[in-house]
Amino acid sequence: MKKLITVALVSFFVFCMASAAMAAAPIKIGALFSVTGPASFLGEPERNTAQMVVDEINRVGGIKGRKIELIAYDTGGDSTKAVQLANKLIKNDQVVAIIGPSTSGETMAVIPVVEKAQVPLISCAAAIKITEPVKPWVFKTAQNDSLAVARIYEQLKKERRTKIALLTVSDGFGASGREQLKAQASRYGIQIVADDTYGPKDTDMTAQLTKIRGVHPQAIICWGTNPGPAVIARNAKQLGINIPLYMSHGVSSKKFIELAGDAAEGIRLPTGKVLVADLLPKNDKQKKSLQSFIKDYQHHYRTEGDHFGGHAWDAVMLLRYAIERGGDNPAAIRKQLEATRNFAGIGGVFNYAARDHAGLTKDAFVLVEVKKKNWTLVK
Amino acid sequence: MEFLKETMQFVISGLATGAIYALIGLSFAIIYNSTGIINFAQGEFVMLGGVITIFCITAFKLPILIAVAVAILGTTAVGVVFERLAIRPLKNATPLALIIITIGASILIRGLVMLLWGKDTQALPAFSGNDPIEVAGATMLPQHIWIFGVTLLVIAGNRFFFHHTITGKAMRACSFNRKAANLVGISVGRMVLLSFGISAALGSLAGVIIAPLTMTAYDVGVMLGLKGFCAAIMGGMGSGLGTVLGGLILGTLESLGAGWISSGYKDAIAFLILLLILFIRPQGLFKKGETERV
Repeated sequence: MKKLITVALVSFFVFCMASAAMAAAPIKIGALFSVTGPASFLGEPERNTAQMVVDEINRVGGIKGRKIELIAYDTGGDSTKAVQLANKLIKNDQVVAIIGPSTSGETMAVIPVVEKAQVPLISCAAAIKITEPVKPWVFKTAQNDSLAVARIYEQLKKERRTKIALLTVSDGFGASGREQLKAQASRYGIQIVADDTYGPKDTDMTAQLTKIRGVHPQAIICWGTNPGPAVIARNAKQLGINIPLYMSHGVSSKKFIELAGDAAEGIRLPTGKVLVADLLPKNDKQKKSLQSFIKDYQHHYRTEGDHFGGHAWDAVMLLRYAIERGGDNPAAIRKQLEATRNFAGIGGVFNYAARDHAGLTKDAFVLVEVKKKNWTLVK
Repeated sequence: MEFLKETMQFVISGLATGAIYALIGLSFAIIYNSTGIINFAQGEFVMLGGVITIFCITAFKLPILIAVAVAILGTTAVGVVFERLAIRPLKNATPLALIIITIGASILIRGLVMLLWGKDTQALPAFSGNDPIEVAGATMLPQHIWIFGVTLLVIAGNRFFFHHTITGKAMRACSFNRKAANLVGISVGRMVLLSFGISAALGSLAGVIIAPLTMTAYDVGVMLGLKGFCAAIMGGMGSGLGTVLGGLILGTLESLGAGWISSGYKDAIAFLILLLILFIRPQGLFKKGETERV
């Protein structure tokens, strides 16, 4: 009998303490990033940035006095693991929303899970199929490849260059870029005279470039992530090819200039505005967000923040404002996210709507050219 | 004319890539000949050569020649330690078990390098500038000449070592018949250790001279290792001219295939050749079939 009373008393106290803790409970936000594995160049800055933004928000008192708790898991770039961890975030951790995953493949795998559980997801991956067709609970912050393609084609049209050659990497990123490049060409009156590919681990692309040189295009567009495009830049210089060479936003970091060396001079690429924040005119809507992101990242991690970290910055900020406006239950967050207008973040100015969960226009990209080992804006 | 000029460029690019495959192929063959195992950590030796050189240059500001020497010595040490710790203790293991161990070692080395030096790709400055040289209408870089030169030196050195020195001859003896070699007083264990050392040194040398062209990162060894393995198979796993020719043919076919047919099939061409050779001439392109007496 005595024992029973003790148990009852203890249970009572535990219960009291638990409910006391509940009152001040933080708002739990889940995050899935591929911090390790092949896509770690995306996941690592994203995780760092998300943690940094959450810390900064908590430092100034959280959202309406409630702290945010970021529960971040590493998916290793593996879709199966991403699905398991998404379930864990929803069922065990009971998060109100999820940020990530970093890659398009993982995002597509996680979508059915969040749709069923009705938890908002803000993906940091770029593929157009994530938000097209629109899924009620899925948003994204990374710019569509199609916007980058449009940026390049616009410039080519302006310079009256109509015959172009494509050289794309044979992985998901390259395939998606190639698809967009081919789909939009006719709209800009552009004719594709060569369409070549290279392997992500290839070390010499002179064969492809020699072939391309033979058909005399007026510009070459290369779509890939490091180190391939740097090899291509060097090979093009070796072959003495002097027609304009365009790269994708996949190489928009100082690393590319470092790897390509002198061969990077004159190369143009579309990029988010992080790289050229200082060069932007004062009236640019994003300038304030960009400078604060760059300053904070430098302060926390002693290195330059990039375009990929920016996707996580936008995701956390979008959530923050949605929760501020509508409270912290998943349905309210979803509704408020959809109502986001004119949010000037890192990736661009976001305007979500019931029929648009990507929210950006081609103004999210600027065209830059490498001059003297630095970026300059192409006017 | 245009066609000839293009073809010339394909051939020169192919030969340059092929020379690298040949060097890596040779280092595969050396270990195979003294132990009968295929060392799948060979690509990692190549990677270590480049990565350690860059590390020495950026972290300690060493002149490039000393950095290269440190990288080759360091990789050789890794090869020797690997043999001591992972191969020698397993006295009676089957070649299959040993091959699986080498795969494990390759994953371990890759992981350690990733943790120590990060995941970023890095470039080594070219040894003698980046100004293209014109050869019969095609262009190549000074670094390509380095690659050809080093490959020639290695072939000559290899030939001399295995045919004209006692140690080299002893290593060949082990490859023909271990038991007999042991009976005439050759320390087989030492020869195996030596083969790992030489092979690691060769691999890292290949890694150093290609780093300015192809750049390097913790995971470049995988594909280079596989291509080198193809070259060695084409040469019938011999440590001589066969493997070198195998590498050059592979590189040229890849480049011609990418240029004439489609760049998408470049790797497919390499592996198709490998499969065909394994089916039709498993003893290699240039070797006469060996008959085994029972």
